[in-house]
Amino acid sequence: MRRFSWFNATSLTLGFAFLYLPMIILIIYSFNESRLVTVWAGFSTKWYGTLLQNESFLDAAWVTVQVAVASSTIATILGTMGAYVLVRGGRFMGRTVFSGMIYAPLVMPEVITGLSLLLLFIGIGLDRGIFTIVLAHTTFSMCFVSVVVSSRLVSFDKSLEEAALDLGCTPFDAFRLVTLPIIAPAVISGWLLAFTLSLDDLVIASFTAGPSATTLPIRIFSAVRLGVSPEINALSTIMIAIVTIGVITASIITKRNSLAQQRDEQAAARTA
Amino acid sequence: MRRFILIAVPYLWLLALFLVPFLIVLKISLSDIALSIPPYTPQLDLSTGWDGIKSFLSQLDFENFTFLTQDPLYWKAYVSSLQIAAISTVLTLLVGYPIAYGMAQAPDEWRPTLLLLVILPFWTSFLIRVYSWIGILSNEGFLNQFLLWTGIISTPLTILNTNTAVYIGIVYTYLPFMILPIYSALEKMDGSLLEAAEDLGCSRLSAFWLITVPLSKAGIIAGCFLVFIPALGEFVIPSLLGGSDTLMIGKVLWEEFFSNRDWPVASAVAVILLLILVVPIVLFQRNEQKQREMDQ
Repeated sequence: MRRFSWFNATSLTLGFAFLYLPMIILIIYSFNESRLVTVWAGFSTKWYGTLLQNESFLDAAWVTVQVAVASSTIATILGTMGAYVLVRGGRFMGRTVFSGMIYAPLVMPEVITGLSLLLLFIGIGLDRGIFTIVLAHTTFSMCFVSVVVSSRLVSFDKSLEEAALDLGCTPFDAFRLVTLPIIAPAVISGWLLAFTLSLDDLVIASFTAGPSATTLPIRIFSAVRLGVSPEINALSTIMIAIVTIGVITASIITKRNSLAQQRDEQAAARTA
Repeated sequence: MRRFILIAVPYLWLLALFLVPFLIVLKISLSDIALSIPPYTPQLDLSTGWDGIKSFLSQLDFENFTFLTQDPLYWKAYVSSLQIAAISTVLTLLVGYPIAYGMAQAPDEWRPTLLLLVILPFWTSFLIRVYSWIGILSNEGFLNQFLLWTGIISTPLTILNTNTAVYIGIVYTYLPFMILPIYSALEKMDGSLLEAAEDLGCSRLSAFWLITVPLSKAGIIAGCFLVFIPALGEFVIPSLLGGSDTLMIGKVLWEEFFSNRDWPVASAVAVILLLILVVPIVLFQRNEQKQREMDQ
């Protein structure tokens, strides 16, 4: 018995207005002619132009993309291995410590993760730069990948793997030919999650970045501390647009895939 | 052999880049500040062998922790972090529950879109979402302009750089974490229970309190922890929206490290923050465990 009442409609409307209005205002005012960010003075795209000429933002964006691609890729490999060990690894020495280390970074405050990694890098005399940010981001995002992938591994039928092994597959081939295609959606969403976490991270990057490498969030943060600026509004609009397109595309693809799978299953059921 | 490599690679990575760094923090929190590079003493010198380790251990002490209990700044920062996190969690629940409830009551064909709308902000940059509130809450910002225009107020309200702005920031950024677990609990609920209650003479409101709320309890608890735990160590929100008198432990740690360059005290602050977090984290794990057992 579900009744969609006036109360429900109102709370959804107000709730989504609360979630989206700040971003919509930001987007509208990125097209504002005036430098005064709260006074509308006509439509203009000039802030996008100034943004594209701002070398420091472009450099920071390039560093951020490099870090995100590298760290999310390594994190996906390590995280998938970690998930496999957790779910299929059986018993081994130090298993509890291992699962603790997978889950702890998820709830660890970023300031602590950042501080501890910085102290490690200084302790072993590693020069801080892009490389250290990649190490830091890989470490916390591999745990998120592990959680996403292991939830998929838990739900899938282990006998498929065993059948492959019985039919003469090596364990590696069984993983490559049977397991990997099945967990692929989770691996991909793990990668996307790791990528976004890396793009988004300010605190850990601030601790682990040296003077030679500034990421976009660090650059934005130092600009934002001085107040609202139309360039930052323009930059935010571009980032919101990219994320929106990405998320909507991903959800359409998943929907299509699951419909295709349903069709295949129905077809298989008919022929059987 | 393959199995060994499979286990060893992620294991060693986490050991080297998660556990060891944390042990370093623990060690430095027991050291003293010094005018050297790195700015603390004692240094562990393994070249002198066992004697080096012994003299190193004998120089460690709990001085920084005693210092933290004596200086009221830190004590206040911990208390106010707990307070801000707790108040924001309750506010997030009050805002999030009606939204999750509305989603669960909505027609089936709306649900994927509604879910997408809740998840979308989560993928959008955290920093940008916090930043978007600066323009709204400032003295000449949109909220004040709107309120002055409607005539509700005659002088602008000061919201930015106060704790109120921090509450708004936390509620806004963590709202999806509250909505999603409550929604998934409400979605699983059997609608015929409400029908039965109404047949037996329950009013809609009391059916809501007696059936819907208790059945979504697990979702409420999970959502509250998912907001409370990260809010406690939050740095970005208090530093962008809060004022100079907004004390939050994440901000104190940051300033202790970057401005005062007092590494031992910053490390001690981190250790205590973690100790405070252990309780809610353990409770959260228990709740999840119980939920898993009930689902099976």
